[in-house]
Amino acid sequence: MRTPISKVRGQGSAKNGTHHFWVQRVTAVALIPLCMWFLCALMFHMGNDRAEVLAWLSQPLVAILFILLIMSGLYHLKLGLQVVIEDYVNGEGCKLFSQLAVTLGCSVIAVASLFAVLKIAL
Amino acid sequence: MAQAKRPVSPHLQVYRWSVTMASSILHRASGVVLGVGTIALAWWLIAAATSDEAYQLVQACLGSVVGRLVMLGFVWSLVYHMMNGVRHLVWDMGYGFELKTAQFSGWLVFIASFLSTAAIAVTMLVMRGSL
Repeated sequence: MRTPISKVRGQGSAKNGTHHFWVQRVTAVALIPLCMWFLCALMFHMGNDRAEVLAWLSQPLVAILFILLIMSGLYHLKLGLQVVIEDYVNGEGCKLFSQLAVTLGCSVIAVASLFAVLKIAL
Repeated sequence: MAQAKRPVSPHLQVYRWSVTMASSILHRASGVVLGVGTIALAWWLIAAATSDEAYQLVQACLGSVVGRLVMLGFVWSLVYHMMNGVRHLVWDMGYGFELKTAQFSGWLVFIASFLSTAAIAVTMLVMRGSL
């Protein structure tokens, strides 16, 4: 007989417990207002000339919102793609390679985007 | 280590299609599409930070007919994933699991995502004269 508490103690074989589940929800909640802002911003600034976009991105509030969007978005993406790979990619080698590619790829996209925003804003 | 040949997902072909199943698949698919979208966003930001030439190249690609259609696809994916994500968060809090409710919210999110995407497209058309 196993009680629910005995299953939860020790946090399972990965020793992470519900961390993945929880951070995915935290980033999801953060992304709701950020994505609403982003969609509105896209309507006004998509396709504008470079000078206008640079002036817009130079505003501290815009840069801060972009940084938050990039950080929570890419973290959320990494967590989501990780689960997709766990579910659909068969074969240990293939799985390991895809997980590495997702983790490193998301990091590269995040750092590149953050650097671009900071370079424009600062 | 030798492993038993266990059945693995996905089993898309063995089930009768339902709204809840379709919305689950669309949620994942739109999430993967948004992953590609982050590359486009990164490219746009880096180009804006680099030079006029780099920025004009992005604008030429994203501003082409194909580019605009792809952008519209990204917008729909974002709207759908966000709305269906709220549906998931409501489930996480323990509400809306009844079959009828889950089917209704599945359709609601699906239809609302298309209406919202259309509203965004129309707003851009009216406000700027083009998509």
